[in-house]
Amino acid sequence: MRAFTQHKGLVAPMDRSNVDTDMIIPKQFLKSIKRTGFGPNLFDALRYLDEGKPDQDSSQRPLNPDFVLNQPRYKNASVLLARSNFGCGSSREHAPWALDDYGFRVIIAPSFADIFYNNCFKNGLLPIVLEEKIVDKLFREAEALEGYQLTVDLEAKTVITPTGESFGFEVDDFRRHCLLNGLDDIGVTLEDAELIKTYEDQRRQAAPWLFGAGQ
Amino acid sequence: MAGKTLYDKLWDDHLVKQRDDGSALIYIDRQLLHEVTSPQAFEGLRLAKRKPWRIDANLATPDHNVPTTDREKGIDGIVDPVSRIQVETLDKNCDEFGILEFKIKDLRQGIVHVIGPEQGATLPGMTIVCGDSHTSTHGAFGCLAHGIGTSEVEHVLATQCLVQQKMKNMLVKVNGELGKGVTGKDVVLAIIGKIGTAGGTGHAIEFGGQAIQNLSMEGRMTICNMAIEAGARVGMVAVDGTTIEYVKGRPFAPKGESWDAAVNYWRTLHSDVDAVFDKVVELDGADILPQVSWGTSPEMVADVTGNVPDPAKEEDPIKREGIERALKYMGLQPNQAITDIKLDRVFIGSCTNSRIEDLREAAAVVKGRKVSGSLKQAMVVPGSGLVKAQAEAEGLDQIFIEAGLEWRDPGCSMCLAMNADKLGEGEHCASTSNRNFEGRQGFGGRTHLVSPSMAAAAAISGHFVDVRELLN
Ligand code: SF4
Repeated sequence: MRAFTQHKGLVAPMDRSNVDTDMIIPKQFLKSIKRTGFGPNLFDALRYLDEGKPDQDSSQRPLNPDFVLNQPRYKNASVLLARSNFGCGSSREHAPWALDDYGFRVIIAPSFADIFYNNCFKNGLLPIVLEEKIVDKLFREAEALEGYQLTVDLEAKTVITPTGESFGFEVDDFRRHCLLNGLDDIGVTLEDAELIKTYEDQRRQAAPWLFGAGQ
Repeated sequence: MAGKTLYDKLWDDHLVKQRDDGSALIYIDRQLLHEVTSPQAFEGLRLAKRKPWRIDANLATPDHNVPTTDREKGIDGIVDPVSRIQVETLDKNCDEFGILEFKIKDLRQGIVHVIGPEQGATLPGMTIVCGDSHTSTHGAFGCLAHGIGTSEVEHVLATQCLVQQKMKNMLVKVNGELGKGVTGKDVVLAIIGKIGTAGGTGHAIEFGGQAIQNLSMEGRMTICNMAIEAGARVGMVAVDGTTIEYVKGRPFAPKGESWDAAVNYWRTLHSDVDAVFDKVVELDGADILPQVSWGTSPEMVADVTGNVPDPAKEEDPIKREGIERALKYMGLQPNQAITDIKLDRVFIGSCTNSRIEDLREAAAVVKGRKVSGSLKQAMVVPGSGLVKAQAEAEGLDQIFIEAGLEWRDPGCSMCLAMNADKLGEGEHCASTSNRNFEGRQGFGGRTHLVSPSMAAAAAISGHFVDVRELLN
């Protein structure tokens, strides 16, 4: 997995709460059996005026000029500023894949849906929860100032504004450790293979009905 | 020391390792797989040259992309080539790794969350995962069931464990009795309307109280299914006689001595009387009326006797804007009566409401009546091949067909419209599914979430009606 230590990037403010994963990547694009290539269809229904189809050249499609990511000033944004309950709905990991493929590295919101939050870390994407008041402030600044960038330091757990103002955020140690070092979760878990086997043997004794079915 | 909640018990029973940083390794008893969220996981295994840890813990079936007509053609009946590749990929992966799969032509094929319980592959006390957020459904059996992402699907395949943080405990208690015509679906919609789509975030919800205990397993599954729409990855109901009765005799359920031992254990799967919850919400079952969603989020619900809200009366600016946006998308007027919402299509199906009891409830409403001529389509999509067979044995298919509803083959169908079944732009649909997000059932489609009997009543009338008026 790609490691994440520090990131400085242009901020795109998406002023809408409860953005669900259907909105982030609509279902017709879930038919792919790959992990990449979802970027052009990120926020498809909001971003384009026509209905998107898989395997289509999206560069030729009519853009919705009102959608934030279509505004020239937010081109190449890599930090998404969002509202509460971002990523709710379906568990599709295609949502972080699409955000990542588009070029986002950080998403900042007052709250995230659990599964989405979790999926981000598996893909080198950092979701940051900041207090609503702070997010409001960042929205105001990002909208007021063209070229507004934020610096995110995962080691120090801080978000730093262009004026040097710094906000701390929480992230659990295991996830932070894996992200900082680009560790593969499965590899880490398999270091405990013996422990898993021991547990499994006990369970086989205690609840034999859980084993052997389904074959 | 305070007693344990059901969630605490399930957690403790599956804890392999508590890490210093607060995360934990949890052992997974069962993984359900389907074609949409598994291909990249199998690919990952292959690339890393890893093998599945325990093959017999997995069960697979294609459901999201399968067509609901012409099923005798099998995979060749899938017209969309991209959908077909996905289903073929699942077949290939299961064959390669030796995982049991109910393939497209198997009578046991169906929506993962319907077939798990139906087969007894979902048993009380299990930890269950699936790359689908509605995995919470299985919590109805006193299971710890999570929806997970594709990287986690791969992680569970490779290690039989999931890295988890323990969630907080939340109790949603529905006291008293439900009124006539009020179903599990109405209960869960009313709960989400009350606590909101983020009301359960970070929590494992246990649904309790007399109204929940009185429900059948189907009703409990409907409620747990939608826990995720309240933000909770996990929804649960304690094990009782109803649970055990349902599981008995199912193909994967234990038999003989093993059954007795299992039942003894299952009987312990309830929260202790002195257990402490971080959050408790109580509702009175008698207050719950049939529900209809009017907006683009499952918390945007109203009683069938009520009205669409007026954004002008909402003080919170963010909420007001949300209501305005939803009304615009839904093509509804502020204060419009719910019963004035006209419909274009009716969909009875999905992992929320496609089990035999759901179909019986819908059939009871349409029996001897005709679907309104103003509708373009009304269809019933059973949750599995076995549900379909059972319904046909009871003659429900004939009741639907005579009333003018289409009787389809099992799958997710119009719940998310990944197959050919979808809404046209601007069309209103009374749907028994679980999500009314923009475009969920087709680009520009307008979804209203309701119970099977409310959907059936809407099919007859062409607009929403209070189903209680049709029940005698
Ligand atoms: S029926 Fe709908 S919600 Fe359920 S698994 Fe299928 S697509 Fe998901």
